[in-house]
Amino acid sequence: MSKKLIELQNITKSYNGVVAVDNINLSIRENEFITFLGPSGCGKTTTLRMIGGFEEPDEGDIFFDGIRINDLPPYKRNINTVFQRYALFTHMNVYENIAFGLRIKKVPSKEMDKRIKRMLKLVDLEGFEKRHVDSLSGGQQQRVAIARALVNEPKVLLLDEPLAALDLKLRKEMQIELIDMQKNIGITFIYVTHDQEEALTMSDTVVVMNKGVIQQIGTPVDIYNEPKNRFVADFIGESNIIEGIMHEDYLVEFSGKKFKCVDKDFAKNEKVDIVIRPEDIDITTPENGLLEGIVTSVVFKGVHYEMLVESQDYEYMIQSTDMQPVGSEVGLTFNPEDIHVMKG
Amino acid sequence: MKNKAKLLAYPYVVWIAIFIIVPLVLVLVYSFTEGNIHNPSSLTFSLKSYDKFFNILYLNILWKSFKLAFISTFLCLILGYPVALIISKAKAKYKGILLLFFLVPIWMNFLLRTYAWMAILSPNGFINRLLQLIGLPTLAIMPGQTAVVIGMVYNFLPFMVLPIYTVLSKIDKNVLEAAMDLGANKIITFIKVIFPLTVPGIISGITMVFMPAVSTFVISQLLGGGKELLIGNLIEQQFTVQRDWHFGSALSIILMIMILISMAFMSKADKDDEGGAALW
Repeated sequence: MSKKLIELQNITKSYNGVVAVDNINLSIRENEFITFLGPSGCGKTTTLRMIGGFEEPDEGDIFFDGIRINDLPPYKRNINTVFQRYALFTHMNVYENIAFGLRIKKVPSKEMDKRIKRMLKLVDLEGFEKRHVDSLSGGQQQRVAIARALVNEPKVLLLDEPLAALDLKLRKEMQIELIDMQKNIGITFIYVTHDQEEALTMSDTVVVMNKGVIQQIGTPVDIYNEPKNRFVADFIGESNIIEGIMHEDYLVEFSGKKFKCVDKDFAKNEKVDIVIRPEDIDITTPENGLLEGIVTSVVFKGVHYEMLVESQDYEYMIQSTDMQPVGSEVGLTFNPEDIHVMKG
Repeated sequence: MKNKAKLLAYPYVVWIAIFIIVPLVLVLVYSFTEGNIHNPSSLTFSLKSYDKFFNILYLNILWKSFKLAFISTFLCLILGYPVALIISKAKAKYKGILLLFFLVPIWMNFLLRTYAWMAILSPNGFINRLLQLIGLPTLAIMPGQTAVVIGMVYNFLPFMVLPIYTVLSKIDKNVLEAAMDLGANKIITFIKVIFPLTVPGIISGITMVFMPAVSTFVISQLLGGGKELLIGNLIEQQFTVQRDWHFGSALSIILMIMILISMAFMSKADKDDEGGAALW
């Protein structure tokens, strides 16, 4: 476990009486790739901007390397930012954009040149020095923005939905490039996105936020497999969320039947929410199924089919490569470990 | 559909032909001829009017017109830029009101505004009476070049503020934050980012102030008290007093060429056309 680099303590921020970030506590380690994930307006960008120094928290403290930095202006922080819409200097060429921070720090021109060349190589833009930034594609502009931030050798790089404006294919490529870069240069990346797949693909740690409150902090696998509440389960991927009752440890009831599960430590007969991922449900014959239902919709999704099965009290979503036509009676099966029980 | 849309352009083409091209051709013809303008057959080709212009008296007037226009434009720029900056930085709810303060004077008649300045600056005007009242010596601003420059700056300042304000308000806030993020404090951000990004607005503003300032005759007549003859006054006199339409036309052509040269010079520096030059 590497050491803590940034620490947020009881951070609250509101705009015109509307609370954007509500009493957040979080520590970020060195060399960590951490992602703030949530729908728009969940406070993820506000939190990022407070770390960057563009906003001051109303309450609480931000520590950087043990020092309180609440009111330190952005230009005095050892943190750099990649903005959502690149925010390049359109009156400068690629070289001058990247040189901006170094010129202010009065880095000797020989060293500056060396560092810029190295950055251009890192972001795969060698030979683009003299190009005007307006003449670059979206992906190239974003890479200039990344180079412009990284050339200052910050301890932390903030990325505010940096890939949101790119098309799907380019976005996937840039995701891989960013992961590689983070591993190669070994600094902390704090990444903001509303794209759950992006968050799961790239991060060491995911912080799921909603309405200014942290819902869950964990590794991508934890977040996906063990969502703490209905919001997280719903936001991270498609899921079936069914109301149920936890009778005792390892025994849960929903859809009128009792099932074995792997969850425990709930109160006796506690009302709970049950999550079953669509890809964890298998389709079988009605007599072999744990639950029965009728297929009401089939959509071809490429890799798999997405089917809706109307059972007694819930419409289950199932993702499977086996297709059953609309109207057919089917059985549904799943394993005890596929049932995730959360507090209701 | 396309052809029908084209039809809509014809009234405009006719308008341009009648009110812009024909008068321009007439001015051009008058400037290169002599004779009775009311009898076209008496007109003969002549360079007399142009020859007449190359006289120290007239060259001085042209020089003075450009000098006063330059001074006024420069003052508009150093007064207008901070104003544009303040308005663009103001909170959204005050922006409209602040902008209104600077635009309201344009809604008033141009002549009226200039008369108002006469009342303020004249020897028995508002300022001098105020000075007398508190026992200070009076000022002889009007009639004179200072009064003319004040009139020009007052009348044309909004045309400097507006284009600079437009460009300023178009700057992405993220770009300024990026500058701060990269280590620039507010002063460096202004010098290295904000100012260079507003150059197109400055050039539009200069164009929009300089053009009317160099050709004005009302301001120089009223605030210059008839003593400060500018090229605009000279042209007006040729048509209304001297009745020498040939010389008046030649002066107009010369002024037009001078303006075209300065415009070409400006647009060369103005890579992103903000359209300000097109207004005049």
